[in-house]
Parts: sequence; structure tokens; C-alpha cells
Amino acid sequence: MKNQILRMLTGTLAFLASGVALADELNMRVGVTDISRQVYDLHMTIFYICVAIGVVVFSVLFWSVFQHRKSKGAVAATFHDSTKLELAWTIVPTLILIVMAIPATQVLVAMYDTGGEDMNIEVRGYQWKWQYKYLDEDYNNSFSFFSNLATPKSQIVNRSAKTDTYLLEVDEHLRIPINRKVRFLVTSEDVIHAWWVPDFGIKRDAVPGMLNELWAIVEEPGIYRGQCTELCGKDHGFMPIVVEAMPEAEFDAWYATKVTSEVVRQESMSKTFTHDELMVQGEVIYGTYCSSCHMANGEGVPPVFPAIAKSPVALGPRDDHLSLVINGVSGSAMQAFGKQLDAVQLASVVHYQRHAFGNDVGDISQPQDVINLFNGQ
Amino acid sequence: MSEVIHADHHDDHAHGPAKGMLRWLYTTNHKDIGTLYLWFSFAMFLIGGAMALVIRTELFQPGLQFIEPEFFNQMTTNHGLIMVFGAIMPAFVGLANWLIPMQVGAPDMALPRMNNLSFWILPFAFSMMISTLFMEGGGPNFGWTFYAPLSTTYAPDSVTYFIFAVHLMGASSIMGSINIIATILNMRAPGMTLMKMPMFVWTWLITAYLLIAVMPVLAGAVTMMLFDIHFNTSFFNAAGGGDPVMFQHIFWFFGHPEVYIMILPAFGIVSHIIPTFARKQLFGYTSMVYAVASIAFLSFIVWAHHMFTVGMPLAGQLFFMYSTMLIAVPTGVKVFNWIATMWRGSMTFETPMLFAIAFVVLFTIGGLSGIMLAITPADYQYHDTYFVVAHFHYVLVPGALFSIIAAVYFWIPKWTGKMYDESLGKLHFWLSFVGVNVTFFPQHFSGLAGMPRRIPDYALQFADFNMISSVGAFIFGFSQVFFLYVLIKTIRSGAPAKARSWEGAKGLEWTLPSPAPYHSFTYPPEVKSEEVHG
Ligand code: HEC
Ligand code: HEM
Ligand SMILES: [Cu+2]
Ligand SMILES: [Cu+2]
Repeated sequence: MKNQILRMLTGTLAFLASGVALADELNMRVGVTDISRQVYDLHMTIFYICVAIGVVVFSVLFWSVFQHRKSKGAVAATFHDSTKLELAWTIVPTLILIVMAIPATQVLVAMYDTGGEDMNIEVRGYQWKWQYKYLDEDYNNSFSFFSNLATPKSQIVNRSAKTDTYLLEVDEHLRIPINRKVRFLVTSEDVIHAWWVPDFGIKRDAVPGMLNELWAIVEEPGIYRGQCTELCGKDHGFMPIVVEAMPEAEFDAWYATKVTSEVVRQESMSKTFTHDELMVQGEVIYGTYCSSCHMANGEGVPPVFPAIAKSPVALGPRDDHLSLVINGVSGSAMQAFGKQLDAVQLASVVHYQRHAFGNDVGDISQPQDVINLFNGQ
Repeated sequence: MSEVIHADHHDDHAHGPAKGMLRWLYTTNHKDIGTLYLWFSFAMFLIGGAMALVIRTELFQPGLQFIEPEFFNQMTTNHGLIMVFGAIMPAFVGLANWLIPMQVGAPDMALPRMNNLSFWILPFAFSMMISTLFMEGGGPNFGWTFYAPLSTTYAPDSVTYFIFAVHLMGASSIMGSINIIATILNMRAPGMTLMKMPMFVWTWLITAYLLIAVMPVLAGAVTMMLFDIHFNTSFFNAAGGGDPVMFQHIFWFFGHPEVYIMILPAFGIVSHIIPTFARKQLFGYTSMVYAVASIAFLSFIVWAHHMFTVGMPLAGQLFFMYSTMLIAVPTGVKVFNWIATMWRGSMTFETPMLFAIAFVVLFTIGGLSGIMLAITPADYQYHDTYFVVAHFHYVLVPGALFSIIAAVYFWIPKWTGKMYDESLGKLHFWLSFVGVNVTFFPQHFSGLAGMPRRIPDYALQFADFNMISSVGAFIFGFSQVFFLYVLIKTIRSGAPAKARSWEGAKGLEWTLPSPAPYHSFTYPPEVKSEEVHG
């Protein structure tokens, strides 16, 4: 408690000092791209102009408030009109606005200079995570992954101490090379989200059915964090964006291993797994993708999110269970996971649900079963 | 016109309210209905305010302490909807009811029965909306801007009730506006030409046209939502060939004029209070009228400044950036004219004047952050962060709301015949002033530092500012409960007020006794030049 009060006091002080010196924590970040610096400069220019206007206007106002008081014996003048003044305070602000509009237009035009990119990444918003897909010229080498919040629930509900990157950490960073023009194609799978990395000076809505373009040339290696900025439902506050900018050579090496493991992943589709293997993988996937609604103990939050324990679906025919998870339940929060998870992941999570939380159906789900279902459709 | 009414009814018409509670249900009197609107909006203000305190309580510290994210979203949504449609708008309609007939020299509103209906719709609309919070699946949770498809395909079942409630509010607003326009255009006392009308009347005339223009657009938007939800259309559903961005265009075509609907009558109020306490005529009446008209016109062509990040083509972005910046010009003209009115006046600082001066200062701060937001490339960094929250609260709380409070202090002697207690009024002012700034000023910084809006939990670097904001919110909330006390005390035991309750007050309403008679002007008054501002 004492700490909090101290923090509040320092906060108040910082807040008071802020008018004088705009420290980093109080102001827009300068960022690490040419565009973000231009945006920052523009922001500061406009800000200073606004402060200047404010100072002038408020000085006149307060001068009047202190001088023209009845208690000081002020007698009211009778003037009430002046075409000259009206014209002046219409024209002068217009000119100031034109002065503001010129740099604003220049920066905006620069931001719209897409094209000439070195690589493309599709950014796809989901309730409540991001999917990044590296679009390779050779389509087979394109790979993708999800980036989920990695802050443990225990920190959120205050059962363990919060780390520095509280709510700003994900299980897998989006990696990009520095000094190359990376184009982001932003879209969404369900509702509208918005993808924002303050240090790059870019933000764009992820709208279902639309592909928005953004780009960045990052100049310094580092880890840059942002958040979803369009209300997208329950966990809108819990879908951060973490981008890791890497030196070119390092990035290329990482990219190569990703492409190799993509080949391995494709091959694993035709493998047959044992019960234990499926349970291990399944538990991980359940924890990442399902437990936010169906809960870690499988009890769900009835009636909104049904339990998996003793669920008629989990105890019923296997293929029905698989199809439900693949296709989702339209008009409900249960999404079509067929688009997010691959056959191995789908098979293992369904197998897990059928053999955990006291369920024990005794059958087995293999990637091939999932592929058969896909092909059957 | 007024004379005819008088001649017909003189002998059989009791000049006082009916007895009993049913008076309020059946009343067609502009003052009774004005009172109903004002108390209703005050009740909504307290409910919406309680929701804001729930939000600020959860945001006091990082982590989830009190409520779940799902409920948090319901609170932000309902807070916004209730404050906009339940508190600010009905309060202005209440003031219009009380003041317009008195200010134009009429006995009552032009369409008294419709007046009754337009009020009594509201309690039903809001009961319905608030009841959704208790339904299975919860109430609206998609923000006061209810962007599709979050508000359609992904919405809780209760969204249908929400749609119906919005329809009712729209119907009420349209009826109210028709009534106001009819009153202003037909019931003015002889000699009160348009350019002699009081500013409050002018601003409401223009606001009423804005309402008639945009409420049907809102009704269209929610109807399309209804069809998407229940009849399998795909207006806003990309999978069916619809366009979620179209929803935003339609919404903001309503929404931006809507924000001016919430500020133009405030401009009117302030244009009465400042001249009164500066004991000096309003400066630049004519240009004030033209400024309001141009703001109203411009408000139709700036809507997409709320959508700079949806991915419009460059030409669109530039157009909306320039038009938005342009709207600052007439807004500036208003501010400069108020200051010129104060300049070399003989000012005293009673409570209404304090609120009015705070209005000018803090509204200007909101206008300046508005200009920053209009700068598209910078708006990418501000959009949907707390910087926007700070901006619109500066224009709405010390803007619209302060003007309403100022109006209540200013005209309550006329309404009740009693004077409020000046020292309590001043205390209320200073508490509100401190509260509002402590709450919203730090939000500029948390926004710039990168805190998104509408989140129930936040990263650690935003903790200090949020804590300060929450403290401010409680100060502000408490001071409005105190306002209730001041009001009740005034009504019960205020000192008797004079007909012209303020030394410098001008206008027909001050020629009536305090409290004003039940039927304001049964004979059309003479419009003497000393009662006219312009
Ligand atoms: C965003 C919340 C959410 C997430 C995440 C989620 N579900 Fe669901 N799930 C639901 C809802 C809601 C239903 C009920 C759908 C209906 O019938 O209306 C449901 C139903 C189900 C059912 C049927 C249960 C029954 O008894 O009707 C199964 C099986 C299921 N989900 C599996 C999964 C799996 C596997 C995952 C993870 C890969 C998952 N769900 C993730 C919300 C979710
Ligand atoms: C100088 C005049 C003004 C300008 C230039 C201006 C500009 C803007 C801009 C550009 C935005 C969008 C910001 C964003 O979402 O990124 C915005 C938001 C907003 N403004 Fe203003 N504004 C002005 C005055 C007002 C007034 C007078 C009001 C109401 C009384 C108002 C109420 C709002 C509201 C409610 C929002 C946020 C809506 C939401 O997203 O929920 N503004 N303003
Ligand atoms: Cu979101
Ligand atoms: Cu707007």
C-alpha cells in the first residue's frame, strides 16, 4: 500500500512536470523507422502549434478574467461587433491550419508509398490472437504460426508477481529482418481487430474480407511491442503484438529452419501417432486454444461455454466431434478451428478431449482421419 | 398564433398544473415535460456514472480485480450509450422545453401532445436497454459505436432489445426535434425576427435539423443489423458479400453530426451566461450564428476521420483530413467571440459563470486535441488509444455537461422561484473542475504512451496514470451526488428569486415572474430592443 501511494505521488509529480519536459513515458515514441520518426516530428510540430494557440488564447482570457472584474471597479464597455476582428480570427487560423496540412500531407503520401517490398507477411486477426503467414514465392515454402498471449493467467488474476512485459508477451514473436522493406497484409478471420506497432508508426484495422497494406523498414534490431486497438470482444485486451527485428543474416538463417520444419510438418500429416503422443500434444493445444472458454479443467462456463467433461459430443461419435471442431458452430463463439490448426493438431486436441477430464472413450483420432473429413467435404 | 390560443381557452382553462401523480403522465405542459426530461437525464447520468466508476475501479490497478473482461465490455458500452442518449441529449431537450417557449415569447411548445409522447418513450427505451444486462448472455458489449460484425454475428442475443431501444430513442429525438422546429418557426412573438432570436434558440434550431437528418441514418444502421442477425441478410457480413466497413461509414455519418448535436446547444447556453455576467452584449452575434451553421454543415462531411485506420485510399484520407481541420475554424470563431465578450466587461463569478468559463477553457483544450487527431499520419498513433478518450471527454464532460450544469444554476431561479446557495454552488464547481481534470488530463499521456482504449487490464507502464484517473473519477462522481443535494436544497429552501434573477440577464424569460407562470406568455410580449442580444 505504501508503495502504491509512493507511486501515485511520483506519478502526480511526473504528470505536473510533464508540461515542461515531455519524457518518453508521457509522449509518443520516436520509434525505429523513418516513417515513425516523421510521424513523431509531425506530432511534435502540431503539438507545439496547439500549445502556442492555447497559450495565446488563454492568456487573453485570464487577463480579462483578472482585470475586467466588477469587484475591481471595471465598467462594461459597449462594443459588440467588429467585422475586421471576425475576419482576422477566421483567416489567421485558416492559415495556421494550412501550415499544419502541408507536412501532414507529405508524411501521409510517404506512408502510402507501398510497393518495392522485399517480403510479404499476412497478418490475420482472430478472437483473440494473431496469425502470421510468411508468403514465399514458392507457395509450398510459405509457413504460418499463431502468436498467443504468453502472460500466465496467474499474473492476470494477481496470484503471482507481474513481469515487465506483463500482457505484452507472446509465445512466438513475429520475426522480420532489419533494413528490408516488409509489407504486411492485414486482415481478419472473424471480427475487426487492429494491428499496431507504435515503434513502427503504423496501425491498420484487420477487417474480415479486406486486405489492408502496411509496410515498415526497421533500422534497429530489437523487440517491439504493440496491442490490438479495435474492440474485438472479451479478450481484446489480451492479444498483444510482438515483433522481433533481426539482423539480416540471422533472420535468413531462422527463415531457412522454418521452411525446413514446414516440410517436416507436412510430412507428419501422414504419420500415425500413439495414444500417449496424442495426449501430450493435445494437452498443449487445448491449453493454448481451447481453455480460455472451456477452461483448463474442462468444466467450461455453462451456459455460455459448455463443459467438455461428460459432453455428449466428446462422448459421442468421433467424426462428429472432429467436424464440430473443424467447422465450429456458426453463430456462436465456437470457431472453425479447421482454418487455424493442422491435421495433427486437430487430431490430438480432439483425442485429448475424448480422454481427459474423466472422459474415456477409448478410440483414437489420427491426422489421416482429419484429412479424410476435409476431403469428404 | 398565441393570441388565438389564448382567446379560445381563457375561460375554461385552469392556469395551473393538475393535481396528483397522474399530472406527470398526462401533462402536455412544456415546463412539466422539461422537468421530466431533466430529472430523467439526471437519473441516467447517475446510472451511467456508476458504470464509469465500475470501470475506473477495475482500472485502478493492473490485473483483474473486481470484474471479468466480458462484464467490463458491457460496462463501457452501456456507460457510453447511457451518457450520450440518456444523459446529455435528454438534458438538452429538457432545457429546450423549459426555455424555448419563454425565450421566443410563446405560451407553450407547438405540439404539446407529441411532446408528452416523445418524453414518455424514453423511460421504456432505457428500461429495455438496461434490462439486457440481466439477461442470459449479458447486455451489449460491443462499444457505444457497435461496429459490425462484433455487434451482429458475434453479439449476445440481447442485441435485438438494444436495437429496439435505439429505434425508440431515435423516434423520441425526431419527435422532439420536429416540435422544437415547429415552435421556433411558428410561435415567436411578433417582432422577433430570426436574427433577433436568442443564441440558445438558434443553436437548438440547427441542432434539431441535424437530429432530423441523422437519426434516420442511425435507424437504418440498426435495422440492417437486425436483418443480418435474424433474416440472413449480409449487409455487414463479409462472408456473404457484405462490407463491415460500410457499417462504420453509416454509423459515423450519423455519429459525427451526433457529437455536434451534443455541443451546439451548449454553445447556445454559454452565449447567454457569459454576456450576463460580463454585463456586456454578446460579441459578434451574427458571426456566432453563421459559425454554428457552418459547423453544422461541415459536420456532415468529416465523418471518416473516425476511420483513418480502416484502409481508405489516399485521396479519401486527404479529403477527410482537410475537412476536419476546417471545422476548427468556425469552432475557433466561437471561442474568440466569447473571449471578446468578456473583454472589458464588468465580470462577476457566480456559479454559472464559473462553469461557463471552465467550459471555454477546457472545451478549447478538447478542440486542440481534436486538431491533433485530424492530422491523419499522427492519428494512426492516437487512434483507439486513451488519447482519443481524453479528447472526447474534454469536449463532452467539461463541454456539454458543464454547460448543462451551468444552465441549471443559471435558470433554476426562473424555474423554481428559488435561489441556490452560492457557496455550495462554488464548492460544487471546484470539486467538479478538479475531478474532471485529474480524471482526464493524464489520459492524454497514457494514450500517447500507447494504452489502447476499451481494455480491462493494461501493461505496467500505464499504472500510475490509471491510478490518478481513477482517483479523479471518484472525486468527480462524488461531486455530482453533491450537486443533487444542492438542487434539492434549492428547491426546498432556497431564498426567493427576483424576476430578473441576475443583474445583467437579458431576454424575454427574465421579464416573466419567478417562478415562471404555468403557461409562459399568454399574451405575445413586445420584443424590446434591450432584451435582444444581436
Ligand atoms: C471463444 C470461446 C471458445 C473456444 C476458444 C473454444 N470453444 Fe468450443 N465451444 C464454444 C462454445 C460457445 C460452444 C457451444 C456452441 C454451441 O453449441 O452453441 C462450444 C462447443 C464445443 C464443443 C461441443 C460441446 C458440447 O457439449 O456441445 C466441443 C467439442 C468444443 N467446443 C471443442 C473445442 C475445442 C477442441 C477447442 C479448442 C481447439 C474449443 N472448443 C475452443 C466456445 C469456444
Ligand atoms: C475542433 C473540433 C474537433 C475536431 C477537429 C475533432 C476531431 C476528432 C477526431 C479526428 C476524432 C477521431 C479520433 C480517432 O478515433 O482516432 C474525434 C473523436 C471524437 N470526438 Fe472529436 N473533434 C472535435 C470536436 C469534438 C466535439 C465538439 C465533440 C463532442 C461534443 C467531439 C466528440 C468526439 C467523440 C465522442 C469522439 C470519439 C468517438 C469514439 O470513437 O468513440 N469532438 N474527434
Ligand atoms: Cu481487439
Ligand atoms: Cu467526429
